[in-house]
Amino acid sequence: MPGMRDITRRIKSVKNIQQITKAMKMMSAAQLRKAQERVIAARPLAQEPSEVLSRLVGVASDLSHPLLAKREPKNIGYVVITADRGFCGGYNANILRKSAGEIKQLENVSLITVGRKSRDFFRRSGKNIVAEFTGLGEDIQFGVAKKIAQKVMDYYIAEEFDEVYLVYTEFVSALTQNPTTIKLLPVEPPAEEGASVDYIYEPSAESILSVLLPKYVETTVFRALLESKASELGARMTAMGSATDNAKELIAKLTLSYNRARQAAITREISEIVGGAAALE
Amino acid sequence: MAAIRLEIVTPERVVFSEDVDFIVAPGSVGYFGVLANHAPLITSMEIGELRAKQGNQELKMAISGGFFEVKSNKAVVLADSAEKASEIDVDRARRAKERAEERLAAKTADIDLARAEVALKRAITRIKVAGK
Repeated sequence: MPGMRDITRRIKSVKNIQQITKAMKMMSAAQLRKAQERVIAARPLAQEPSEVLSRLVGVASDLSHPLLAKREPKNIGYVVITADRGFCGGYNANILRKSAGEIKQLENVSLITVGRKSRDFFRRSGKNIVAEFTGLGEDIQFGVAKKIAQKVMDYYIAEEFDEVYLVYTEFVSALTQNPTTIKLLPVEPPAEEGASVDYIYEPSAESILSVLLPKYVETTVFRALLESKASELGARMTAMGSATDNAKELIAKLTLSYNRARQAAITREISEIVGGAAALE
Repeated sequence: MAAIRLEIVTPERVVFSEDVDFIVAPGSVGYFGVLANHAPLITSMEIGELRAKQGNQELKMAISGGFFEVKSNKAVVLADSAEKASEIDVDRARRAKERAEERLAAKTADIDLARAEVALKRAITRIKVAGK
């Protein structure tokens, strides 16, 4: 049985851990609220380019653009979005497991990693990483999404990728997040609904398409980044919440055994005194 | 006077969504005006100043990039950035302008040149919108 001193030391260290997990939980809760608002605000906005795109393609189906070009999928690109930091339960592990499982079935896969965790993981497993983005911060800027999208489109247009997939975590609630894979390129215009409108194009449908398609890719990446960020914070909040609860439980157990040890020590002392007194008689 | 719905959105937020009388926007082939019940239109946009008249008031915004769609009496502006005059940091725009001018004067690699030109245009637009 551990001595009293050992137990006090453990109680102290568990208390320290509890303080840290509690602080992390509170921090992520505050950030989550902000991130959640941004995701909800961005969802309809991400729809906008795809709606226009579907209308445009619905009207003029003979349009061609490098980002629409379908090719034999020989070289596949994967964009995997994870967090920079751990301490968020299964968040990183889930997304990495999903993407690694999908990549395993394919040949000639190159990766663009977003977040330190995905970079480290794929570097360790010896995959070909063509670009990496880390340190996006807590406040995701559109400029970052633009940079990532630009990289992806450059590779696609240079025909180094024939298909590009995006793996991110869809935010459902603080408790539920879904790892999701979507096809980013070639752009597959969503099916057009309702009657098509006869638009005036200025200067031409092609030139609008060349503005619209990159925009579409950018907003898709941006939305994925926001969703992933909110998911990360949600997962961290939940994980840290249960860590705090566990620490509380552990402290209660340790306090109990501390009291037991203290009582045992007192009992022993009394019996020693009684024994000593008896020996003197 | 008949009104047209104007919606200005960036990927991050809805900047403006109200009924207006008249819109002037920087199209890629020049500035154009849109009144109520305009025919369906899609056009790409340049960096520039977007104006909208709403009764006696006039709204001015610095817009960069994106496109403009009119459909069923609703105009949607999807821009990379959109700032009202009051939101513009003039000092920052001035600094950006100086930086871009320096870079243009130095004439280094080609890619830098194109970027500097865009930055200069953006800065000038911001200063112009904020200045009025």
